[in-house]
Amino acid sequence: MSTRLAKGGRLIDRTAAVEFTFNGKRMKGFAGDSLAAGLLANDQMLVGRSFKYHRPRGIVASGPEEPNALVNLGREARLEPNQRTTTTELFDGLEATSQNHWPSLEFDVGVINNYAARFMPAGFYYKTFIHPRPFWKHVFEPIIRRAAGLGKAPTQGDADRYEHAYAFCDVLVVGAGVAGLLAAKAAADTGARVILLEQAPVLGGRAPVDDAQVQGKPVEAWLSAMEADLAARDNVTVRLRTCAAGVYDHGYVLADERVADHTPGDGRPKHRLWRIRTAKVITATGAIERPLSFAGNDIPGVMLAGAVRDFAVNFAVSPGDRTVVVTNNDSAYQTALVLKAAGLEVPAILDARDVVTGALPEAARKAGIRVLTGHAIASVKGGKRVTGVSVCLQAGEGAVTEEIACEAVAMSGGWSPVVHLYSHCGGKLNWDNGISAFVPDPMRPPLNHDGSAMVECVGAANGDLDLSGTAPAIPPVWVMPQGAPIKLRLKMWLDYQNDVKVSDVQLAAREGYMSVEHTKRYTTLGMATDQGKLSNINGLAILADALGSEIPQVGTTTFRPPYTPVTIGALAGESRGDIFQPLRRTPMHEAHERAGAYFEPVGLWRRPYTFPRAGETHEQAVHREVVNTRTNVGLLDASTLGKIVVKGPDAGRFLDMLYTGVMSTLPVGKCRYGLMCNEQGFLSDDGVVARIDEDTWLCHTTSSGADRIHGWMEDWLQCEWWDWQVFTANVTEQYAQVAVVGPNARKLLETLGGMDVSKETLPFMQWADGTLGGFPCRVYRISFSGELSYEIAVPASHGAAFWAACTQAGKAFGAMPYGTEGLHVLRAEKGFIMIGDETDGTVIPQDLGLDWAISKKKADYLGKRGQERSYLASPDRWKLVGFETLDGSVVPDGAYIIADGTNANGQRNTQGRVTSTYYSPTLKRGIAMGLLKHGPTRMGDVVEFNTVQGGTVKARVRDTMFYDKDGEKQNV
Amino acid sequence: MSDPVSALNGASFTGFATIREIGPLGMISLRHKGGAALTKAIKAAVGTKVPAQRRIEIKGEMACGWMSPDEYLLILPYAKVGATMAALAKALAGEHHLAADVSDARAVFRVEGAKAAEVLAKLSPVDFAKLERGELRRSRAAQVAAAMWAQDGGFTVVCFRSVAGYVMGLLIHSAQPGSELA
Repeated sequence: MSTRLAKGGRLIDRTAAVEFTFNGKRMKGFAGDSLAAGLLANDQMLVGRSFKYHRPRGIVASGPEEPNALVNLGREARLEPNQRTTTTELFDGLEATSQNHWPSLEFDVGVINNYAARFMPAGFYYKTFIHPRPFWKHVFEPIIRRAAGLGKAPTQGDADRYEHAYAFCDVLVVGAGVAGLLAAKAAADTGARVILLEQAPVLGGRAPVDDAQVQGKPVEAWLSAMEADLAARDNVTVRLRTCAAGVYDHGYVLADERVADHTPGDGRPKHRLWRIRTAKVITATGAIERPLSFAGNDIPGVMLAGAVRDFAVNFAVSPGDRTVVVTNNDSAYQTALVLKAAGLEVPAILDARDVVTGALPEAARKAGIRVLTGHAIASVKGGKRVTGVSVCLQAGEGAVTEEIACEAVAMSGGWSPVVHLYSHCGGKLNWDNGISAFVPDPMRPPLNHDGSAMVECVGAANGDLDLSGTAPAIPPVWVMPQGAPIKLRLKMWLDYQNDVKVSDVQLAAREGYMSVEHTKRYTTLGMATDQGKLSNINGLAILADALGSEIPQVGTTTFRPPYTPVTIGALAGESRGDIFQPLRRTPMHEAHERAGAYFEPVGLWRRPYTFPRAGETHEQAVHREVVNTRTNVGLLDASTLGKIVVKGPDAGRFLDMLYTGVMSTLPVGKCRYGLMCNEQGFLSDDGVVARIDEDTWLCHTTSSGADRIHGWMEDWLQCEWWDWQVFTANVTEQYAQVAVVGPNARKLLETLGGMDVSKETLPFMQWADGTLGGFPCRVYRISFSGELSYEIAVPASHGAAFWAACTQAGKAFGAMPYGTEGLHVLRAEKGFIMIGDETDGTVIPQDLGLDWAISKKKADYLGKRGQERSYLASPDRWKLVGFETLDGSVVPDGAYIIADGTNANGQRNTQGRVTSTYYSPTLKRGIAMGLLKHGPTRMGDVVEFNTVQGGTVKARVRDTMFYDKDGEKQNV
Repeated sequence: MSDPVSALNGASFTGFATIREIGPLGMISLRHKGGAALTKAIKAAVGTKVPAQRRIEIKGEMACGWMSPDEYLLILPYAKVGATMAALAKALAGEHHLAADVSDARAVFRVEGAKAAEVLAKLSPVDFAKLERGELRRSRAAQVAAAMWAQDGGFTVVCFRSVAGYVMGLLIHSAQPGSELA
């Protein structure tokens, strides 16, 4: 039984009891406990089931390396799966449930896999589910997916808030153990700006548990002096509960601060993701103890020796009355001494080494603990908890020499420096035979821009496992006993979470796996949520042995961020809900909302799609808006239209290069439609250009093209034609723009009054400055609908008021707002193209019959050369024509025009596709535009469009101008 | 004519720092390659010298910020923009330049309080501890472009008008009581 000791516990406050539940069972702990400590104090040794065989799993470790004791934490909107109990701070009301079992933790049906273990070796899934091929997608994968995953995925939105924060420093120290504290102080002494991160809620690392003295002072006194020293410095920031998750190029470090994990619902952000830029990183991340591979090393009650020590010293938790210690190094003797001092029994220390003479072993002997050198564990007894061990000789094959009853086993297979952060950006490692571990190679660190070392490791992370500076000798012990037969090796767990055993790695090697990266994926070793923090070194040692190779030759798998899992919530930060992404609003946005507009996204803008009235479908609303615009007058919020001022002595020349047509000859006061292509000749944007004065033009772009085209202009001006005297300014958002469209448009403007908008003074394709209804404005007489139309730009700060004024003035003339869908229908009825509908990046203006907008006289324009290439100049290209369905129906969006025969893939041949298709409320029938091979020469032909349901729609080829071919309506 | 209305009509929020949308504020984007005429024109327009790279010169309610090697931002009362545009046109006649009224294209926020920098440090990759007096940063606030500088014991933040609501949302999120960084 694990239990709480009557005395001790440096981190707990016995005056502050807290209650929590595990699988609904009420338990008691103290403030300062980790959840793991709280569970052990309540004798909850069984905490979960393993992934594949559903083996009983207990707490193994005391820190972030814990592979087993993962729980679902919280519930409903605060449910978080896969939370490590060892790093979860206990708080009053904490609710945890165990994972990966059904129907209950104690009685789990999935454990049947355990008895079938011999039938589920390494690569089981690959071997079993490969045939028949189609079964993978439809049968095997869904079943495996359902069985996969440890925790429950939350089904509700997260109740908590998260945020990011940026920080900058000269030296970032990761880990606040003795080495990290000393490094931070040393850096601070030079005047550097220092940030010190510590993943635990307290400073000190392992020293308070493992060391009596630091620099000749009692450890606790040394720590509090150091803490006070750093706190007093302006140039040092210490952040507890903050785990450096990843190191990236140029001194960029991501760190996850658990701000309110332990105080849920207090309104603070749950996590804060720090995005730190530092000149140098010092990792003082310590070392992680390795398990030993003996049969039954996964039974609850088998723990790392250091963890047993942590639980006893920090939380006054006993793993059981009798603990057998098994080790290959001296550090585990401390555990024996700690337990003994706490009044618990250590029946034996089994040391794989033949000769043991260090100070700690001597102290253990002196304390009366039985030390068996050259011995090992043959197997652990017990099911859901340890009941004893069978002892054997390490040198032998596992013949049992003795059986010892115990409740816990404390094991130490040595220590692996935490080199993860050092390795994230390519720091290289050396194998150290002295401590049987990979250590950073100071000659091959990850580099800064200037070739200096970006990351430096200190303390145990650098292989300096002892504060004394004298490296302990840790001989390699990868299998226990060394000659263990297969029967024992089948029970030696490497990866507890993913159920990878010594026998699996050996099988993979026999099957031809030589690369450690391939073996990892084949066996799933180190692929669990703990990313092999305990298992990797043991696993690759087994692999090296099986391959007859040395560990350095086999190498490690790649260390990738994050060091420990970072939740999606922390990564998303503030980017949720209303501020998930920027939403661009025009000055009239609120008026549209009040009018009940149904919005659609256009880039990051939200534009009214239509303004439905009570009882109307969106389709009916669009039809009403179109008809009203054609018969009365419609109002469109066109503010999103791109507006770029281009000015300078060379502006005309510049625009002649950008547009396919000629803009330099445009007279002041007039407007001209223009097309822009990329260098390949493909149509990129279109819009109306207005000549403002002798050296100033205003270029309208598409709504989504404004920033892109402005960037495109600056690109050419800054990188290619840097000696041309041209300035540009993107003034898109300076103006609210309202299109007043329809037969009554002029009457509406005349009601507002203030300037002459008559046909004579302001003819089609001209603009004028003035005032309307007292608003300063610029009026463009342009039309995207074929109607009498004015687009009026007013300063954005007056946009909402001007929209209201237009609405008011339009009441007498039947004015209604219309949305983007109405705009589309109106333009399609007139055969006007839309960038993004008629174009898709593979269409040139000539495909769309826009040859009239391409200057034949100009020597050059962007795209000219591209368009002359044989494929683009080919007469066989699909070209734009109009279509009328024979039955009046609407061609489905995205439909292809089928041709005879099939292609090499057995698909029907095609000869064209639809680009715009609408029901025209004006013509009361379906109309469409599309690209058709040899289209313009096939007027009157009947072609067939495919449909989603199967079958085809027949349509007659015609010109694209469905309405008012002579343009009489817009020219009044 | 109605009064000009800023993007959020002066919205405000008080958390561990105070957020206020201010404006409308007069802003003119002035592009020019530099020289005596520019120096004179800026002096006449806002009363400041030409700012050095990454600096903003502030004089009372007027200012001139360096935006790029050939772009300056003039800040002045909204009502003075028209006259100033005319004066610039006259002063720079014959010089290659572009002056654009961008007063309505922007939203302007003030972030104030002892911990104002902490609000912005959650949104912008800016080292506020090293931000000098009179330094103007063209950076970003989360996903959108933003310019900012320290002024009058707080910070002025400028973004595009269309995303004013988004930026206000960011600032409110970041200034929540209890989420102070230090």
